[in-house]
Amino acid sequence: MAHSGINLIFEGQNLPRLLGGLWITIRVALIAIIAGGVLGIFLGVLRTFKNRFLRFILRLYLEFFRIVPTVVLLFLFYYILPKSMNLNLPAAEVATLVFTLWMAAEASDIVRGALISVPQHQVDSGLAIGLNRSQLYYYVLIPQSLKLMLPAMMNLISRIIKTTSLLLLISVLDVINVGQQIIEANQKQYPQGAFWVYGVIFVLYFLICYPFSLLAKKLQKD
Amino acid sequence: MTELLRVEHLNKAYGEVPVLQDISFTVNTGEVQVVLGPSGSGKSTLIRCLNGLEPYQSGTIYFQGQKVDPTPKNWQLLRQKIGMVFQSYDLFPNLNIMDNITLGPIKVQKQSKATAQKEALRLLDTVGLADYTAKFPRELSGGQKQRIAIVRALALHPDFMLFDEVTASLDPEMVRGVLEIMANLAKQKMTMIVVTHEMNFAQQIADNVLFLDDGHILESTPGKDFFTNPQTDRAKEFLQSMDF
Amino acid sequence: MSWQIIQQSLPMFQKGFILTLQMSALGILGAIILGLMCSLCQYFKIPVLKQIVGAYIELSRNTPLLIQLFFIYYGLPGIGLKLSAYTCGIIGLIFLGGSYMAEGFSGGFDGIPNSQIESGKAIGLSQGQLTRYVVFPQGFALSIPALAANIIFLIKETSIFTVIAIPELTNTALDLIGLYYHTNEYLLVLVVGYAIILIPLSIILTWLERRIRYGTFGD
Repeated sequence: MAHSGINLIFEGQNLPRLLGGLWITIRVALIAIIAGGVLGIFLGVLRTFKNRFLRFILRLYLEFFRIVPTVVLLFLFYYILPKSMNLNLPAAEVATLVFTLWMAAEASDIVRGALISVPQHQVDSGLAIGLNRSQLYYYVLIPQSLKLMLPAMMNLISRIIKTTSLLLLISVLDVINVGQQIIEANQKQYPQGAFWVYGVIFVLYFLICYPFSLLAKKLQKD
Repeated sequence: MTELLRVEHLNKAYGEVPVLQDISFTVNTGEVQVVLGPSGSGKSTLIRCLNGLEPYQSGTIYFQGQKVDPTPKNWQLLRQKIGMVFQSYDLFPNLNIMDNITLGPIKVQKQSKATAQKEALRLLDTVGLADYTAKFPRELSGGQKQRIAIVRALALHPDFMLFDEVTASLDPEMVRGVLEIMANLAKQKMTMIVVTHEMNFAQQIADNVLFLDDGHILESTPGKDFFTNPQTDRAKEFLQSMDF
Repeated sequence: MSWQIIQQSLPMFQKGFILTLQMSALGILGAIILGLMCSLCQYFKIPVLKQIVGAYIELSRNTPLLIQLFFIYYGLPGIGLKLSAYTCGIIGLIFLGGSYMAEGFSGGFDGIPNSQIESGKAIGLSQGQLTRYVVFPQGFALSIPALAANIIFLIKETSIFTVIAIPELTNTALDLIGLYYHTNEYLLVLVVGYAIILIPLSIILTWLERRIRYGTFGD
């Protein structure tokens, strides 16, 4: 009787517990998006500079975070930070760090792409009225490229949120982890509990991510 | 007449391809130099070199008798004294008209906002666009944008102005308004270097014509003579091809 | 870091490596086929199917693979549908990848300049001919960079298969770490394993993007 399974969600403290787990998930994503976004803008600007060494290093950083799957990144930091740097962070903070660095890497590429697509004429006429480099970025290039980078940023944010589902793997008590506990604790009474709990988590993720993808589409059209 | 700008033996190449070869000329204060020549002759590159938007391989530029040290920092300082207007206007689409004009005076020259805005209004009035301060570039016609671009350059009170084919992408009916503004500037003894294809206008304002072909200055002839009596065959052919 | 430990682990990693490649290949192939069908439904605006495809794409793109897998592997048996982990992995990858591939194809089809379609019509091509000679060849070429980027993305996503205990690369490494605690060695092999697959692909992708942007149909 599948329909009875949904009662599991509303029984006792189950729903508040799930939402509590969701908050942990969201908090990791939120910090990563804000901190990584700011760092990403900074690195993206640096990547438009002529200095070859700087560009090479930042490119390397980006490619590392692109090539290594996020699961592996999480384990790399989770195992290696305590061992080789003697840095014992709680799992949620390790995850926040990984997501922040990942966000910054991907955001830097978006920012760079948008900055270099501002027409050269705009750079010329900024220089022609005597702006220095930081004024040129601040008043001309960054405002003009914001519009270009927003859709991609929205998609990136949605990707970060989706990827927080991996927190489970390094034992952060996130929404999925809580869900597992609920399923296991009620295995006898609700044998189809997994269907409903994972179904609800599926819907929760969808509800959070869908607005960002709508926004991205809308921004792309404008 | 005092010398404002002197260029000596300027050479520029894109990789192996030479674009400007052994360019030398002088511009005096209050003088209008018109640069003419077929497309691809290096006219635009030349005036872009004059405010450091293009690096050059050798040669020297003297500005007000001082040798220009072509470092980015130095050019940035000099550009306040050199106004430049481009073919594609290039107003900043993210700023309204007032902010477009006052960005340089406020941020570069550290003028107070009130002073800069007052001056912007005065200049806008001279080009008939005083009511447009709150509008954004996308709301303006090409001719209006180009007039604003001229005002934006003038707002820094430059010692001379560079015009790079400023009417080339305008509809014919817009051209006149822009040319009138430039003619007025010439009348007020603004020193100008003008690259243009408008032959009648060139003849009207040129104190001197530099005729460029294939990266060389073939002629430097007073304006009153160039159009009626060019010295070289290339210049004659050019004038004929321009239907002049 | 011990070379010996690495060497001893290599046969096991090799199995995981092959499984990762195999499942990626199957999943990507399925995703491309599903994606192409979806994008065609959308391009030709087939009623009903178009709406279903639209809903599927949003669901698939806005939920994580991990929860998709959990739902298929742990949730579906609850309503009587029991599948092996391997099958779930492939289905999950196709379900996720299908929507990304669909958007990749659609992007390509939409990228064809309208003037191309109009010129085709102007020389009297039928709708079928227009599709066959103008839309498909140009649309595919334009969508190649997006498809290549999706392929890299999907291969990386196979690392999530570890959560339903499929012994692919990541799972192999985590198992070995759990058994022998040689964390550094096993993580190194793991990263190198992915690098061997993904670096060449990423170089090809960069090359493709340049080629498509500056060549192919440039005039």
